[in-house]
Amino acid sequence: MKKGILIILLYIAWIFLTWPFGKEIDWQILIAGLFISILSGFIFGEGFTESPHKFFGIKRYFWAIAYIPVLIFWCIVANLDVAYRVLHPNLPIRPGIVKVKTKLKSKSGLTALANSITLTPGTMSVEVDPEGYIYVHWIYVKTDDIEKATEIIVKRFEKILERIFE
Amino acid sequence: MRETLSLIFMFIGGLFNLFGCIGLVRLPDVYNRLQASTKCVTLGTCLTLFGIIISGPINASLKSLLCIIFILITAPTAAHALSRASIKSGVKLWEKSVINKLEEDKK
Repeated sequence: MKKGILIILLYIAWIFLTWPFGKEIDWQILIAGLFISILSGFIFGEGFTESPHKFFGIKRYFWAIAYIPVLIFWCIVANLDVAYRVLHPNLPIRPGIVKVKTKLKSKSGLTALANSITLTPGTMSVEVDPEGYIYVHWIYVKTDDIEKATEIIVKRFEKILERIFE
Repeated sequence: MRETLSLIFMFIGGLFNLFGCIGLVRLPDVYNRLQASTKCVTLGTCLTLFGIIISGPINASLKSLLCIIFILITAPTAAHALSRASIKSGVKLWEKSVINKLEEDKK
């Protein structure tokens, strides 16, 4: 089942990259892509995902689509924040590494959370502890308390990511 | 109209790339520099590609969309790998940093 999912994903990526549906359909590209994705799916399928049944929850895809605008909004806020700090003559930074707690357990969920933390205002994940702690480098430390830092940094993503990945 | 819109997006993207580079020069240590470069360069590149999505033909748009997805996945991962490597090899934080939980926990 892992191999099947990987083959389908690879084939979609192949079609997006080559886009054979021009004036007439280019069967050569379609068939070559099918062969290549089946081959690489069989070679790399084992290391692909831990829980393939999660791909069949339709609700996860809707939450993933709902997650995109949230991520884009915080990404733009983050950029304006960095631009302000960089262009300000006094360089208003107060950096430090704080520790936050998360409820997410699955590897893909933790990865998505760490990546989202890196893309949002002033924070960058440095080290992930498998027990559910993430060490975050914060460009302007507002609090060094674990609970409060979690409230500020993690809570805005955790609820949606929990529904996508857990 | 579509041309103008895509040019505006590309200009804003280039501006954010410039901010990222200024941050790379002005900020004091590895971790702060990684912050500036990752965030600004990610959004800047995504906006430039978004300009291509608006104005280009359909095959170029789909390729750019795929590029945006891959950049959003890989850029933070690369920053995470670089900062983790710096921590492991003992690069110190800037001397005016307020707190370092990681070092406190290691002791």
